[in-house]
Amino acid sequence: MAVADAPQTMVPDSAAPARPPSHFWRKVRWHALNVYAGLVLLYLFLPISVIIIFSFNDPKGRFNLTWNQFSLDAWKSPFGAPGLESAVILSLVIAFVATAVATALGTLMALALARYNFFGRSSTNFAVFTPMATPEIVMGTSLLTLFVITNQPPLGRSTILIAHIMFCISFVVVTVKARVYGFDKRLEEAAKDLYADEFTTFRKITLPLIMPGVLSAAALAFALSIDDFVVTQFNSGSEVTFPLFIYGASRNGVPVQVNVIGSLIFLIGVGLMLFNLLVQNHRAKSAQAESALLVAEAMSREGKDD
Amino acid sequence: METAKKNTGAAYGLLAPGLGWLVLFFFVPMAFMLVRSLSTHTVDATYHEHYNFDWNLQNYKDAWNNYRGDFQRSFIYAGAATVLAFFIAYPLAYVIAFRGGRWKSLLLLLVIAPFFTNYLIRTIAWETILSDNSVVTQTLRSLHLLSLTDSLGWTSGDRLLATPLAVVTAITYNYLAFMILPLYVSLEKIDPRLLEASLDLYASRVRAFMRVTLPLSLPGVFAGTLLTFIPATGDYINAELLGSAQTRMIGNVIQSKFITFHDYASGAALSFSLMAIVLVLIVLYAKVLGTEDVSTV
Repeated sequence: MAVADAPQTMVPDSAAPARPPSHFWRKVRWHALNVYAGLVLLYLFLPISVIIIFSFNDPKGRFNLTWNQFSLDAWKSPFGAPGLESAVILSLVIAFVATAVATALGTLMALALARYNFFGRSSTNFAVFTPMATPEIVMGTSLLTLFVITNQPPLGRSTILIAHIMFCISFVVVTVKARVYGFDKRLEEAAKDLYADEFTTFRKITLPLIMPGVLSAAALAFALSIDDFVVTQFNSGSEVTFPLFIYGASRNGVPVQVNVIGSLIFLIGVGLMLFNLLVQNHRAKSAQAESALLVAEAMSREGKDD
Repeated sequence: METAKKNTGAAYGLLAPGLGWLVLFFFVPMAFMLVRSLSTHTVDATYHEHYNFDWNLQNYKDAWNNYRGDFQRSFIYAGAATVLAFFIAYPLAYVIAFRGGRWKSLLLLLVIAPFFTNYLIRTIAWETILSDNSVVTQTLRSLHLLSLTDSLGWTSGDRLLATPLAVVTAITYNYLAFMILPLYVSLEKIDPRLLEASLDLYASRVRAFMRVTLPLSLPGVFAGTLLTFIPATGDYINAELLGSAQTRMIGNVIQSKFITFHDYASGAALSFSLMAIVLVLIVLYAKVLGTEDVSTV
């Protein structure tokens, strides 16, 4: 691994190391790390550029894996492949509903965990943490086992929804909890002193204060749901979501339109994040980045507590 | 600081719906799966499946006897991908955290952006990148690097696709964000004055990194490696799209048991074994990393 050295701007001259390497080598080391980081960024974008480039391909056979010739056909009819449109719509519907339910349930749980001291609090934290530390295939297969044994509800949209809400809740709880810990409780007490009842206090004070956290959590839940393949595959019955459509198509040739939709999702996502960044100016983080960071933080904490 | 309220009634009211959902659709299914994994599975003459819960350990014995190699392969691939991801991610997270300046947000956006596209589309893109006549494969071939990896057993037949190397490459890529973000979080929190202090005390930069920066970023290392390793062990998409019969992972076996063969009893035993092994590894790992001082998160 490249040996990391401290940024020069932060270290005053007086803090020169005992055996200073020559100025030249220090410069090389400093730049080598930046170059390495740049290469990693390029590597991150390598598959994305392939996806975008191949959305303009006119493949020779059914497989869109080698370049043949330039074509705009797929961009002219992004839903031209049979079954693609309904799959995308189903994924969107499920993502919206799952996000709404998981965000509501998760936010309430986060409030309880962050604000109250009650019997069973640490077991509840454990119950929230476990799904995040379980391989997806284990969740998918155990839910399938349950649904097959109970025979209710039949595999389909409702079972996909149940599963998505389940794995989103933990991430919502973790994200919102971090936000609740951060705010000044005296604001709520002030509202109560002014004779606001519990519900009014919640609606006028608590909710607006934790709203950024709730929105971050919702963005993360949406991203998790719309991208999910594994859990969905086991519990979808005969329903086809966008990821399931791609999987089915991967056996006998993925239509170029999938690359178009993939590119569009990428461009819309990046566009929204950039917009967010520009509007909020300096201390801006995209909602998803922020919640991803909060989850990462929670995981680190959880590891420490073990 | 936190003077938590004692009104437990309200707390349970807030908890009930979400916790109920988790219990009903995470913990109860686990119990069902455990029961099923300890059942005897028979198919009668009319192709009806029967499961008889009789504490039958045969499914676990079969899992061990028939699929040991697949378990091993899964943990080796997942481990290799985690280590690779760590060495790819750490310098990038370091640069963003310490040298990002006002570009921090933009750089983070660049790190997350690739993961907006669907997981399967990304994996299929790797199929193109690693295909037999791609630039990458041809370059490696002309440098005779493929014969080197062939002799190591990482690739075979002078190609990349359908080899362990291809599977590990794609797994590494697909979970990279889970490694970069936690590392960034923990590095970003490090007070630069601690580093200055160590340099003031005549530590070399290498030593300052090893004794100050790296230990302080351990919580991020812990979270990042787990967030990469856990999903990677159960992954079957990368092995299916980029591998061959020789690179089969335990996820592929579980998937075929449930979806192709409808053999829920042995599938459940495999799934449960995977979960158990992962849990044991997490606990061991936490014990090892826990001995370091990670209390200053």
